[in-house]
Amino acid sequence: MTPHRPDREVAIVAFAQSDHRRRTDDLSEVEMVMPVLHEVLRQTGLKTSDIGFTCSGSSDYLAGRAFSFTMALDGVGAWPPISESHVETDGAWALYEAWVKLLTGEADTALVYSYGKASPGSVRDVLTRQLDPYYLAPLWPDSVALAALQAQALLDAGATDEPALAAIAARSRQDAADNPHAQLPGARPQGEYLVQPLRTGDCPPIGDGAAAVILAAGDRARELCSRPAWIRGMDHRIEAHSLGVRDLTDSPSTRLAAERAGAFEAPVDTAELHAPFTSQEVVLRRALDLDESVRVNPSGGALAANPVMAAGLIRLGEAAARIHRGDSDRALAHATSGPCLQQNLVAVLEGEPHVR
Amino acid sequence: MTAVTPPPETLRAPLVVEFPFTRSLGPVQSAFLTGLRERTVLGVRTGTGEVLVPPVEYDPATAAELRDLVEVGATGTVTTWAWNHEPRPGQPLATPFAWVLVRLDGADTALLHALDAPGPHAVRTGMRVRVRWADERAGAITDIACFEPHDSDPVAEPRPHDGLFADPVTGIVAPARLDYTYSPGGAQTRYLRALAERRTVGERCPSCSKVYVPPRGACPTCGVATTDQVEVGPRGTVTTYCIVNIKAKNLDIEVPYVYAHIALDGAGLALHGRIGGIPYDQVRMGLRVEPVWSDDGRYPDHYRPTGEPDADYDTYKELL
Ligand SMILES: [Zn+2]
Repeated sequence: MTPHRPDREVAIVAFAQSDHRRRTDDLSEVEMVMPVLHEVLRQTGLKTSDIGFTCSGSSDYLAGRAFSFTMALDGVGAWPPISESHVETDGAWALYEAWVKLLTGEADTALVYSYGKASPGSVRDVLTRQLDPYYLAPLWPDSVALAALQAQALLDAGATDEPALAAIAARSRQDAADNPHAQLPGARPQGEYLVQPLRTGDCPPIGDGAAAVILAAGDRARELCSRPAWIRGMDHRIEAHSLGVRDLTDSPSTRLAAERAGAFEAPVDTAELHAPFTSQEVVLRRALDLDESVRVNPSGGALAANPVMAAGLIRLGEAAARIHRGDSDRALAHATSGPCLQQNLVAVLEGEPHVR
Repeated sequence: MTAVTPPPETLRAPLVVEFPFTRSLGPVQSAFLTGLRERTVLGVRTGTGEVLVPPVEYDPATAAELRDLVEVGATGTVTTWAWNHEPRPGQPLATPFAWVLVRLDGADTALLHALDAPGPHAVRTGMRVRVRWADERAGAITDIACFEPHDSDPVAEPRPHDGLFADPVTGIVAPARLDYTYSPGGAQTRYLRALAERRTVGERCPSCSKVYVPPRGACPTCGVATTDQVEVGPRGTVTTYCIVNIKAKNLDIEVPYVYAHIALDGAGLALHGRIGGIPYDQVRMGLRVEPVWSDDGRYPDHYRPTGEPDADYDTYKELL
């Protein structure tokens, strides 16, 4: 399949994220989001009134309140009226919408942000409400249970074993020691089974957090950032709805999205994978054909901080930030949503060669 | 200079969200769930001859409409599993159990459910199981109480089924309850704490100087935090109002009553409040009002006329 080649160059020019914490009772959603918004504006020197399009991602079910995103909008300076949109899912999909908006030429800059406060509720129970309401939701299978079914399928297939999963957990949290925003930096015990075969260490922390990026097109991007992270391609795909129809050891939707995003045209040096569970990294590495030469989740990934609805956008942001810093020349970023890697988004980011 | 006071401890309160979603069923889901009520498991055959259980109305691969129902066995094979040490509220069994995907005999895909087994040592991929039916069945996925281990040979062929039952189930009610602990964050905590002292505190935008009350923590015009606290009121002006004629559920206020926008003195926008102490048909724009605190003194129950002359339109026209 031929990758789609965008006509207009669009780049991520700034990225910021909050310090991810188990609870943020002292902050409302807008109070949590605002510092992150101000940080990306500061990085670019833009004012809120300079932004051409704003798009956010979040979920009312986390806060237990309808239209909760409208409150967070106060933080972007939404009056006088702005061009704005919202996705009820991870902010990576908000970034996709903003990217399309810039590709059409309707805007030259976009602010994308997302946030999740999982602390008010029980996120394992809350996430059951996104499942098929006829066949699954009445059984309340929680997010860890569904991931554990996938992990067992991988073990049965011989695709991994428990020591290998533990090594993924250890590597991720070790890498997170260099990430000042991470919730679980440094070594952790692998712990007891939460839902066998997944141990506590195989599962992401539950926490609150927010992230924001600024996108810009063409020369505007070059003005705002010394080394923009150009989005060479981006695509998102979904698996069949029913879990029992799928081969849980594979992620054909990730592979297809990567193909359409042009990920296989040249090697990548970095991959930020949204794999909240260790076993999901195994699935994604296989689907994306990543070998040991690729630096996977140098940020620590979702195993070190997984603010639901922001963790996918953070993967795109972390990959872009590595390009901004000159640590990467061609990076793959992946975001997921739904049980067992139901939906997958892949972006390919590149930095232009430059003298450091 | 003002002394630095530690931020007040954030307020917290339980918040319960309960919703009984009523959902209608299409022809395929209706047949499947009615079948469960009658201890019959139905699947649907795709164009390539695959049998999907649980059945869907459209082929996940081709999107073709699927209506060719077949009956499959109530016995099957575990395709993957996960041991659940600590069952959570609402899950099929209250004792530790295995989550399983089961490919029922005659089906090509797997159904998610619970397996009652003594421990993880008693579960493996490939093991044979059968449906344990719920004693009372209503046409829902929970009509399968769970699966249980059962040694039997697989039955190969699905049998044609017309999907017709007496008194078919056409809908389900899916109740759900989620428990939260709500905390309103910094700005609203400061506002609510001041109310308990019978003071109304707004917050000023450091950029445009507008005073927001109740404060939500940000100025929507400037997109910056409102941190500068300002006491407003207690008196204010009715900027606009409506007369409520229909009694809301669980509300013991006599109708008709007046619900108004009230610009407290010093506030940059109006807040909502009920007007009392005056016949409803005498409330007017510009009426000067003051709060009447609830018996426990934690919030203004309503606002009543102060007796002052009405405010001049020009003094509140920007706050409409
Ligand atoms: Zn302002």
